[in-house]
Amino acid sequence: MAELVYDKNGRLLFTEEMKKEYTILMPDMLPVHFSIMKKCLELEGYKVERLTNNQRSVVNAGLKYVHNDTCYPALLVIGQFIDAIESGKYDPHKVALIITQTGGGCRASNYIHLLRKALKKAGLEFVPVISLNLSGLDKNPGFKLSLKFLLRMVFAMIYGDAIVQMANQCRPYETEPGSTDRMIEKWVDELVDQFKNSKGTGAKAFRQNLQRIADDFDSIPVQLTPKVRVGVVGEIYIKYSPLGNNNLEDFLLSEGCEPVVPGLTDFIIFKINNRVVDVETYGGNPFKRLVCALGQKYIENRQAELRAAMATKPRFRVPEPFSEIKKKVKGYLGYGNKMGEGWLLTAEMLELIDDGIKNIVCTQPFGCLPNHIAGKGMIRAIKNRHPDSNIVAIDYDPGATKINQENRIKLMLANARMAMEREEKEKQAAPADVPAGDREAALAGSSEK
Amino acid sequence: MLTGIDVGSTTVKVVVLDDEKNIAYKSYQRHYSKVREKTVEMLRAAADMFPDGDMQVAITGSAGLGVAKAAGIDFVQEVFACAGAVEKEYPDADAVVELGGEDAKIIFFKGGLEERMNGSCAGGTGAFIDQMATLMNISVDELDALSLKHEKIYSIASRCGVFAKTDVQPLLNQGARKEDISASILQAVVDQTVSGLAQGRKIEGKVVFLGGPLFFLQGLRQRFVETLKLDEEHAIFPKNADCFVGYGAALYAEKLPVKKYDEVLKAIENAVDDTHASVTMDPLFKDEAEYKAFAARHAKADAPYLDPDSYDGPAYLGIDAGSTTTKLCLITPDGRMLYSYYASNNGNPVQVVLEQLKVIYPLMGDHIYIAGSAVTGYGEDLIKNAFNTDAGLVETVAHLTAAQHFNPNVDFILDIGGQDMKCFKIRNGAVDSIMLNEACSSGCGSFLETFAKALGYSIADFAKLGLMARHPVDLGSRCTVFMNSSVKQAQKEGASVEDISAGLSISVVKNAIYKVIRAPSAKDLGEHIVVQGGTFLNDAVLRSFELELGRNVTRPVIAGLMGAFGAALYAKDLGLQKSSILPAAELEHFTHTAKPAVCKGCTNRCNLTINTFSGGRRFISGNRCEKGLGKQKTQELPDMYKFKYEYLRGLPSKGKGDGSRGKIGLPMGLNMYENLPFWHAFFTSMNFEVIQSPPSNRQIYIKGQYTIPSDTVCYPAKLMHGHIEALLDQGVDTIFYPCLPYNFNEGMGDNHYNCPVVAYYPELLSANVERLKGARFLMPYFGLDRPADFKKKAAGYFASEFGISKGEVKAAAEIAYKAYDEYKEMIRKEGSRIIEYARANGRQIIVLAGRPYHIDPEINHGIDSLLTSFGLCVITEDAVSHLVPKAPVHVLNQWTYHSRLYNAARYVTGQPDMQLIQLVSFGCGIDAITGDEVREILETGGKLYTQIKIDEIYNLGAVKIRIRSLMAASEKKAAAKA
Repeated sequence: MAELVYDKNGRLLFTEEMKKEYTILMPDMLPVHFSIMKKCLELEGYKVERLTNNQRSVVNAGLKYVHNDTCYPALLVIGQFIDAIESGKYDPHKVALIITQTGGGCRASNYIHLLRKALKKAGLEFVPVISLNLSGLDKNPGFKLSLKFLLRMVFAMIYGDAIVQMANQCRPYETEPGSTDRMIEKWVDELVDQFKNSKGTGAKAFRQNLQRIADDFDSIPVQLTPKVRVGVVGEIYIKYSPLGNNNLEDFLLSEGCEPVVPGLTDFIIFKINNRVVDVETYGGNPFKRLVCALGQKYIENRQAELRAAMATKPRFRVPEPFSEIKKKVKGYLGYGNKMGEGWLLTAEMLELIDDGIKNIVCTQPFGCLPNHIAGKGMIRAIKNRHPDSNIVAIDYDPGATKINQENRIKLMLANARMAMEREEKEKQAAPADVPAGDREAALAGSSEK
Repeated sequence: MLTGIDVGSTTVKVVVLDDEKNIAYKSYQRHYSKVREKTVEMLRAAADMFPDGDMQVAITGSAGLGVAKAAGIDFVQEVFACAGAVEKEYPDADAVVELGGEDAKIIFFKGGLEERMNGSCAGGTGAFIDQMATLMNISVDELDALSLKHEKIYSIASRCGVFAKTDVQPLLNQGARKEDISASILQAVVDQTVSGLAQGRKIEGKVVFLGGPLFFLQGLRQRFVETLKLDEEHAIFPKNADCFVGYGAALYAEKLPVKKYDEVLKAIENAVDDTHASVTMDPLFKDEAEYKAFAARHAKADAPYLDPDSYDGPAYLGIDAGSTTTKLCLITPDGRMLYSYYASNNGNPVQVVLEQLKVIYPLMGDHIYIAGSAVTGYGEDLIKNAFNTDAGLVETVAHLTAAQHFNPNVDFILDIGGQDMKCFKIRNGAVDSIMLNEACSSGCGSFLETFAKALGYSIADFAKLGLMARHPVDLGSRCTVFMNSSVKQAQKEGASVEDISAGLSISVVKNAIYKVIRAPSAKDLGEHIVVQGGTFLNDAVLRSFELELGRNVTRPVIAGLMGAFGAALYAKDLGLQKSSILPAAELEHFTHTAKPAVCKGCTNRCNLTINTFSGGRRFISGNRCEKGLGKQKTQELPDMYKFKYEYLRGLPSKGKGDGSRGKIGLPMGLNMYENLPFWHAFFTSMNFEVIQSPPSNRQIYIKGQYTIPSDTVCYPAKLMHGHIEALLDQGVDTIFYPCLPYNFNEGMGDNHYNCPVVAYYPELLSANVERLKGARFLMPYFGLDRPADFKKKAAGYFASEFGISKGEVKAAAEIAYKAYDEYKEMIRKEGSRIIEYARANGRQIIVLAGRPYHIDPEINHGIDSLLTSFGLCVITEDAVSHLVPKAPVHVLNQWTYHSRLYNAARYVTGQPDMQLIQLVSFGCGIDAITGDEVREILETGGKLYTQIKIDEIYNLGAVKIRIRSLMAASEKKAAAKA
């Protein structure tokens, strides 16, 4: 039995002994990404379990142990942890929790502290919490980040983006229901397998894997009837987590739409880029700036390889590189707007619109502070410059009902369908007939970019 | 035949068109949540319209989706349907305003079709008017008729029903005219539509008004037309406004395949949504026997009654003039009950008390006399003045006194009344901490009552239904407005009224435990829990509470009378020989008139109500301070809020410079209240003339509210829109408002950020305030925390913007930093001066802790003056936060203003004559984090934690209760120590 050791401020540490004895529970946000990342942790010698509990009791545990005016993601993540520990599935004295900590002026950097408070309230103060961050906050003797691990995490993230991005473009059109999801499973298994055998992280293997992923997803039989494409942007957790957004993607699919959800990699690059911008804007350590710029470049280059693989398949929409996305917010926001999703949120909306995806659901937790500005606050300005954009902002919290959210989304969709019909009509009316073969290309957006 | 069925949250509308697509048949009825049955019934009634049995039909409406899905009938989103109908009928319309039962919508046609629906936190709709009418105990039609005879409009918070209630209730209790309140309620709906919905677009041109409320309510129409300044030609009220969306659905149906009337009817009839998606919970009682045992147990906590005929001697009268009910108790010196009364105050507590006194006096005959009388509750001052009672006391003290009478060992009291929820812990017979519900979580008695009425039941019947419900619905524990939609969803999914009733009771309890008390388990409450207040007379609520806590509690049989009972006990303790209350003879010619007035004592322009009673007694309510009450001005106690505000406002516009570089406008809000001394020195030393935007007030807010894009942001941020407009109105076309993600580093935290809203609000203004396009709006990013870097960056920026030499800018920056340091030093000095003054004069000191911008009187609503009027000296958090060193806290301590809070709280714990009150702006997400931490620091240090949530709300009644409770509690604590 591992001894409980505290640091000088009374923080419970995750010890080396615990590394051997404890199971680390990780929250769920992006199922595909987190499955691969879980493997990265396991390869470092940790026992890890990705939580999938998503029933109402998660929300109830959150409401019980977290200040109810705190943002919804905190409530869900903490609720999911406590609900899992209380489920009886684990020995509470043999689990630790891991949570990311971004730092920065948003409330989100306080999640870990709220988690510790909640554990205390729940009588679980003996459960250690590990902070996963790049700022050297809250160090633990039993948890150290090796460079190898960090690189693996970068690969895992890009693999995750590759799978999800392409899967999203197949699922609405698949002729055999379930074929896309089976492909996802296949690739998650294969990548986990490769990681286990210390493969999949070499430069060449990486490129090859990405190409094979693109080949495989491209081979899924599809019928490319035009569908309304709907961009999903917003606060990072609510945007991705089905638990947080009431299964938004499923809802959009059931409405016959193609959900377009920007990847995780841009957000991570954004967070690193913030440090570069900080030094440029306010002054500071030029060495720190250089290190961050190099890190940023490294990830951007890996992401470029994903884009190259996708571009070999005309039917896939290839997202624009970070540097291009960044340019789009000029005249809207400054690059200093970095709390939460900051300027990236506005930029993602603009990127989608530029790519012909005019219909957007902007998701945020009720009362999300940064999104007052970068989300809801920019919609007016976007509409002014893109009158045909069709954006609906939806708030999520434990009390907001699905019916209200869906009704508002349905309004957006009704307009989207009307616009699509109008476009179809205009196309038919146009003298130069569009050859049948080009419809695919038209659908895939500007894939030749 | 083209048919549209519009299933809204409260009504069903059926519209059938003739061959020319004109409305041939329409019908509009309330469905009382029996959606399917009602729809079928109404379609049956229209049977004659389908002679050949063919129809093309579409369903629309917020509650229609479920029906449509289950019945396999096409659904069209209601705003979309509405837009279609308007385009056909009024092709030249510029905008549509449609209010429904719970939805509000705006459609803009010109300049790009744009449709808006209210977000999930916007209750200014039909249901809101219903709620308010219920509160005033009149019908919606009466409210409408009354509103047309208004003389003045009070400002009522329009954002959500709960907030509005907190505004309306005191107006009622203060005796304001019902005509004026009615009009004010409708005006609130209009304001909500204009600010909450239009969000940055002006409603102008030809406007079509649709939906039930706008169809039926003349007063509401009048408010809209006046507010939007429309003439007859531009304000269109279609004669089919009530069924317009149904009409739109019928038009939409043209695209749909022809169906058979009989089959459609059958499909809807059989359309039981089999996906029972609602989460349900265990029943409250397993069986009847369990309920009987429960009822028998609680019957034991009885209060003995005594027949007045069998008693001679002194009696004590307690009156609890609560928010929705008035309670009276007449007791003997040993606490036996001679007479009691509990009923709705019908919006006029004076009348109720008058009638009751006329009942009580004959009962007493000449063998009983009133030796003491006391009054408590919202209407305390009014009743006290009207009837000359001996004393008034704060509600919390009344309840504590009563509970201790029943159980001297009581260590926790939870009181849920009509509008308030009060909880206090008691340690060693003294109040240890008090928690009151925030304005946003008043899921209290009146909430259940409103729901009961909406579903067509009395509250008693409604509660009984819940007792034996088999599958109570889990409705969450959010505020009333959210609950409306949860209930809607449950109904849609086929939950029975029984299950909803039980679910609502459980929600009230969860709200109390998790939102107000914030306790995770029963052991955090206490051993001897007494629950009281009218809401606990509801067995379903009581049972839910016991189940949720997992332990039995005491509920006195007189649970609803505890406030009055406590007041009577208090009256007894006054030790008087004879009460000064009006004798029977004077009741005969008792008169009461209420007249509205506006106080002109200061910029607050308080709405006063002047109550005049027979015998010339007058009571003025609605005031925030003593001015305007016609009293002699007493010497003002030191108030740091005023000091800071007056200093900043008094900074001369040209400073030490000559103003030759022209005017530069600074919007006075958010962090400008902290940084003004810095920017003022910076700009004046470069010979700019610094123009501050005018003092905040309601008008400034309204001026800017049409450009607020996010209705859930805090009030201080919302005010910024008005300040920008005001500067532009003054002709100041260069406005400086920088983005400052980083604050000054005061070394009290691990980092020194501003909150995201403070940091980036300039960008939001730039994107949403159209008028800024014609002005020079400067919003550079700066980091004031790094003086050397700032000088460099600023030099570059101002050189390129204004062509000022780098040397001059750097010198100005130097002066600015010095000025800011001096300002801080001044605050600290003034702080110690006030502390010394208070100690020399034996005054208690309150650290009114908030943000720099809380010194704005429009934001703090005069709470500082209220405190000094209670004889307290007021200082700010930044006057003391430097007096203790940085210490670890249990949260990430990374915002400068918030670090001050933690330090100030820690400092206060070491000062016996100081208390801290935290001011929190509604919607401040960060204070969800700081609030708990500040509480922990204070409570660990043996101090009471008091938090006051402020928004655009206007009344100080709730604030007074908190402050008086705090004072009473700390006095008791001091007494216990001594």
